[in-house]
Amino acid sequence: MANLTIKNLKKSFGDIEILKGIDLEIKDNEFVVFVGPSGCGKSTLLRSIAGLEDVTSGHIMLDHKEITDLAPAKRDLAMVFQSYALYPHMSVRKNMSFALELAKENKEVISTKVSEAARILELEPLLERKPKELSGGQRQRVAIGRAIVRQPKVFLFDEPLSNLDAALRVQMRLELARLHHDLNATMIYVTHDQVEAMTLADKVVVLNQGRIEQVGTPLELYRNPANRFVAGFLGMPKMSFLPGNVTAIDASSVTVELTSGASVTLPAASEHLRKGSAVTVGVRPENIDVVEPSESSLTGYMDIAESLGSDTYCYVKTDGQETLTVRMPGNFACNYGDRIGLRLHVDECHLFDEQGNAVQKPSRMAA
Amino acid sequence: MKTTALNAGPVSSAAEPEKDSRKGESKKTSRINRFMVSPSVLVLALWMVIPLSMTIYFSLIRYNLLYPGDNEFVGLENFQFFVTDFGFMAGMSNTLLLVGAVLLITVVLGVLISLLINQAFWGQGIVRILLISPFFIMPTVNALIWKNLLLHPVSGVFAAIWKFFGATPIDWFSEFPLFSIIMIVSWQWLPFAILLLMTALQSLDQEQQEAARLDGAGPWALFFHLTLPHLARPIAVVVMIETIFLLSIFAEIFTTTGGGPGYETTNLAYLIYSQALLQFDVGLASAGGLIAVVLANIAAFFLVRLIGKSLTEKQ
Repeated sequence: MANLTIKNLKKSFGDIEILKGIDLEIKDNEFVVFVGPSGCGKSTLLRSIAGLEDVTSGHIMLDHKEITDLAPAKRDLAMVFQSYALYPHMSVRKNMSFALELAKENKEVISTKVSEAARILELEPLLERKPKELSGGQRQRVAIGRAIVRQPKVFLFDEPLSNLDAALRVQMRLELARLHHDLNATMIYVTHDQVEAMTLADKVVVLNQGRIEQVGTPLELYRNPANRFVAGFLGMPKMSFLPGNVTAIDASSVTVELTSGASVTLPAASEHLRKGSAVTVGVRPENIDVVEPSESSLTGYMDIAESLGSDTYCYVKTDGQETLTVRMPGNFACNYGDRIGLRLHVDECHLFDEQGNAVQKPSRMAA
Repeated sequence: MKTTALNAGPVSSAAEPEKDSRKGESKKTSRINRFMVSPSVLVLALWMVIPLSMTIYFSLIRYNLLYPGDNEFVGLENFQFFVTDFGFMAGMSNTLLLVGAVLLITVVLGVLISLLINQAFWGQGIVRILLISPFFIMPTVNALIWKNLLLHPVSGVFAAIWKFFGATPIDWFSEFPLFSIIMIVSWQWLPFAILLLMTALQSLDQEQQEAARLDGAGPWALFFHLTLPHLARPIAVVVMIETIFLLSIFAEIFTTTGGGPGYETTNLAYLIYSQALLQFDVGLASAGGLIAVVLANIAAFFLVRLIGKSLTEKQ
């Protein structure tokens, strides 16, 4: 069992408040990813959980036991660091057994646990080597092995893949996902990489400026972002935002006039919207089609197109000087400066009010 | 004497790879290269060869300044005389004791003090400068400060402390002469150890420490398993450099005890000085100098074998 509860956690460095009241519930066996831009407090939150930072106020509870002021070693947590933080003068075996030896564990137990971890991580041939004789991926595995041997209740990962090259990162990402299944462990993972967040997480926690913006499964956050920040943060390429004004309101839809003069009608629960209120329409690259200029009221010019083989990302400048990203198939052909029309999939668009909060869709509310 | 001999090593060893790497190149460039480096090689060779050969020559003749003109060849008599002299064994053991004790004190205290001042505290900058400053004081001045202001049995600070507690002040230089010298030299060289170890501590990886804390390491385990291995290299550097300089400690002895009482604070460097300039026996002093050179080279050989290996090893 490993249920972690965080209640109203606050942390300040001097006058600067890093965490401004975090409430979070992490269930047993969950893979939770903290994601957010640099300086959002995600690493501080993780380090507070680990006990490496003293919190200013609030509570951290593991299985209903208060651990807020406990020493790091007594919390039954293990952490994998960004720099791996292997002990340079110890062999791989010694690195992994260090915690157990400090805990005065039986020698045979230590050796069984280490060889078990080495087997899981395929480190057996490297056990007698020193960290400096290992490649980045191998060091990463040793760092994970060091965590595994302790059989902690919760694994903490602090941007563990950011020092690896792209190919290795994909491979280690898969291995981490597999490890989560095999060990059946509770894991908390900090990253600024949304791909890692989307692919690994059972639950994503989006942080911004010391606050939790939204918590949910990756798809929930992708499909139904609670506000403009989450909408813009998740998704690659980013969601495009078109400012506009409400011109007409109906029971289940809202008509918005965009800066370029084009009007779009979106399904939305319009209770707290008024005629004339400023809103933002958010639309993902895959929810826009390129059509002939005559077929749509929203027109513009093709800016740069990035061809990735499988897809082509087109950056479009509308007549109202808004920039949009459109995802087209890989064989899509266009030229810089082409005049084009754009058609939005209105059912998939997101509407945000002046404060940046998402306006609920009527269908979702019913469901 | 010693410095000339130590120079001999690098000069001859640098010449060897030079020969090898020249092989592939055209004869003309190699000739020009040789021509260009020859002045400095020549100067270095003269610098080393002339004093060395003069020392060897002096060591083989009878050469006492009190008996000019009486300079006949005596073979190895000077060497035999020097080695069998009572002062030689005393000088050897005092040299070893002095070097060993100062190394021990500076390394142990150096590690502890640099750990202490590595913590953040108010006035850290000033304290660091104060800790480093003894290194900038000239050895003679240092010895005089200790002799007249600190250890003096009547007017010294230590005597005042002893009197304050009602104890009889100690006459340090007559009761514990070698220990007094060790104190003085340690005070001079401790800043050097602190300087090196302090900078090394700043490069100690924070995440490793945090990882160890999560692994359950307390302050002792952190020190023995992380800090000390991290400091192994700078400690090796401190030991090596200090050994080179401590073998030839002279000013501190000259200004305080003058080698006495008896031979109690006479090290090899001081013994050679006393042979040459107190007893005016240049031949005997030259023989002693050559013996000291050989001993220094033996020490250097073992040091390089021991420590050089850990220094060249990649980390």
